[in-house]
Formats: sequence, C-alpha cells, structure tokens
Amino acid sequence: MVPHMYRVLSRRQDLADTVTLALAPIDGQIATPSIGQFNMLWAFGIGEAPISLAGVDDDVVTHTIRGVGAVTNALCAASEGDQIGVRGPYGTGWDLDGAMGRDILVVAGGLGLAPVRPIVTRLFARRADYGRAALLMGARDPESLLYRDELEAWRSRLDIEVEVTVDSAQRSWRGDVGVVTRLIDRAPVEAANTRAFVCGPEVMMRFCAQALVDLGVPPAEVFVSLERNMHCAVGHCGHCQLGSSFVCKDGPVLSWAEAEPLLRIRER
Amino acid sequence: MKSIEDLLSEHPFFAGLPAPMLELIAGCGVNVHFDEDECIISENAPADLFFVLRSGKVAIEVDTPRQGPQTIETISSGQLLGVSWLVPPYRWTFGARAIDSTSAIAVDAACLRGKCDDDPELGYEMLKRFAVLVRDRLQSTRLQLLDLYGTHAS
Repeated sequence: MVPHMYRVLSRRQDLADTVTLALAPIDGQIATPSIGQFNMLWAFGIGEAPISLAGVDDDVVTHTIRGVGAVTNALCAASEGDQIGVRGPYGTGWDLDGAMGRDILVVAGGLGLAPVRPIVTRLFARRADYGRAALLMGARDPESLLYRDELEAWRSRLDIEVEVTVDSAQRSWRGDVGVVTRLIDRAPVEAANTRAFVCGPEVMMRFCAQALVDLGVPPAEVFVSLERNMHCAVGHCGHCQLGSSFVCKDGPVLSWAEAEPLLRIRER
Repeated sequence: MKSIEDLLSEHPFFAGLPAPMLELIAGCGVNVHFDEDECIISENAPADLFFVLRSGKVAIEVDTPRQGPQTIETISSGQLLGVSWLVPPYRWTFGARAIDSTSAIAVDAACLRGKCDDDPELGYEMLKRFAVLVRDRLQSTRLQLLDLYGTHAS
C-alpha cells in the first residue's frame, strides 16, 4: 500500500483538461503491469486517484489524466521532474494474448481511448498473430479527440481499420458524425470469430456491447472496462463494490457476460 | 446498366421487398448525383423527395447563429436521406450537403405517397421500414444528447 516514488519523465498536454505523463521509477518500482490494469497515482499532500495505464515501456509507465477534481488537477499540473507516488498495478487487464488468431475490434469513446491504446500498440507489434483488426473511436467533437496524431498515424496503416466519429462538428470536419455504435455494423470483422474490447463512458459501453452481441460477437468475447469510485484498490474499502464484485479487484476489465448482470444493479 | 429497380433491390433498406413493390417504388425514382460540397436539401424547403444513397457521404446540418452550419449526423451508402416527406407538413427540418461525391436514387415523395395510399400493403411495408430508421436515429440522438464524453460525464 506504500507508493513508490516516480519522476515525471515527460508531460504532453493532449487537450485543455487532459495531459499524458510518462513516469520513471526513482526508488524501486511497481510490478510489471498488464495492459488494461490501473495504478493509484499520488499527488502528495492532496490525495490519490486510480488512473488506467495508457502505455508500458520497460519500467516507464504512461498515464493519461483528465483534470476533474483536486487530485487529478494536481496530477495534470505536474511538470517534468516532479515526483508522483505510484502504487499498483491493480485489477484485471485486457486479454489480448488469448485472442490470437481472432479478429480484433477495439471500440473507444472519449478518454476511453487511453486504456485501449496499449491494445493497439501491442496489436501492431504482433500484427501477424491476429486476424482483421479495427479501432472504432467516438468523441464529443473533433477538437476533443484524444491522441489525434497517433490516430492519424494508425489510420495511415493498411493493416488496421480506424474509424472515427464525433457527436457534432462544424462543416470543416470531413469525417463521420454520429454515435460510435453506428460504426459497429460497418466493422470489417467476422463477428463469431471476434474479440472486442470496449472502453468509454458506461452508457456508451452498454450500447456498444449490446450492438456487438446483436452483431453476433459472443458475450464472453466482449470485454469492457468498468469505472467506479476506487479508493483502496485492493478490495477492502468497498467504495467500488458492485453487487458481490469489487471493480478494483475483480475488474476493471470484465467480459460482457460478467459485466451485464452487474450493470443491471441500480445504484443509489 | 442497372435499372432503378435493380439498384433498389440491392440497397439494404429495401432488402426482401417483393418485386411488385420494388417496381412501384422504382417508378417514382431517378438517378441523381451530387458533387462534393453540393447542397442536397435546404432547411424548411418542401420535402418533395427522399434519397436512397448508393455511394458517397452526406452531412445533415443545422444552421446556428454564431458557429454557422453544424453537422449533426453523417450518412453514407446503404442509408437513406430524408424522413420529412412522410408526414405533413412535408418540409425539411434540417439541411443536407454532400461531403464526398455522392450518388443516389431520388424518390418523388408525392408519387410514392400516392402509391402508398392506393396500396395499403405497400404503405404499411414502407412505414415499418421507416419506423426502424426513425427509431435508430432517435436512439442515436438521445445518446448524443447525453453528452457522454463531456467533462461532467463519468
């Protein structure tokens, strides 16, 4: 439960309220994370917040953070060289290795692109191990598209389909406008042989998962990443309890077969 | 060269429609083409046509006072443009513009409404298919209204 000290190696301002920090260990490091897991990041003197991994490269961990409260605002304000506490990694990850030979469909919404970014980079690194692949991305508007440079680079590759849609746009935007679920029908995958990874706002994930199942992707092959109010990250405090599950420990990545009944539980 | 009837039979919206019905609809249709950036329909103009998109992409737009035209939805080949022809007052609620070079079959609304009035089976079949279209667009609009990706959203 004691955080390791990490130094901000680089800081990139992605959006007005969103930054990506690359963190390198100073005094020992966390265990090697799996993609899809999260770390608890400490802003000293303020508090800690659960943040998904947006990248893992040797001992450097990358996190994309949106400033929405005291802790995340402090993390976003960190500069190169500043120190941040890191404990983790926690939770379940994306099982990409178990999908070898299958078509891969990644569906992301808004900041949900950050946790699935390692899927895409790993997919590129081992492209021959998988069938057809597509990334479907939804955002509020063109100005709030995360990792725009990377999206354009991914799109220029011929071995993965990248489709982007936004909720509204000015006339200068030549791309798609509409909800991300509408892209699912067009995805160039064989539904019965597809593993899908979905990450974004919960309502979006629910509709996407249902659209994927309607398309013929088995519910056990649709994976979503749940988000709840995680505090301890080890299943003790109960803040993230959903039914009999703790999202921090049993999730955040769950198959739709597991997640759907949990999401039917009405929270108070 | 394919006939309008052939083209309609290949379009997902008309999948499974009996040949006599396709023939009736095809009798109201003509091939049309729009260049990139060409206006297809204008807000509040009479909705006397609808378009069966064969290729290209179309932006459905609404004019806003300060930001100019905003795209609220894009539709592409395999989809339909225009629902307002179906119900009074038969006026377009939004405008539409071709984003890419776009080919479509324009169906004369008054012609088809007349045929639907004369042939309730055709009318019911068309209404069932348009109801799915309207439901899908309503569902999409409701999701967009939730502003899921906004900063207030979790």
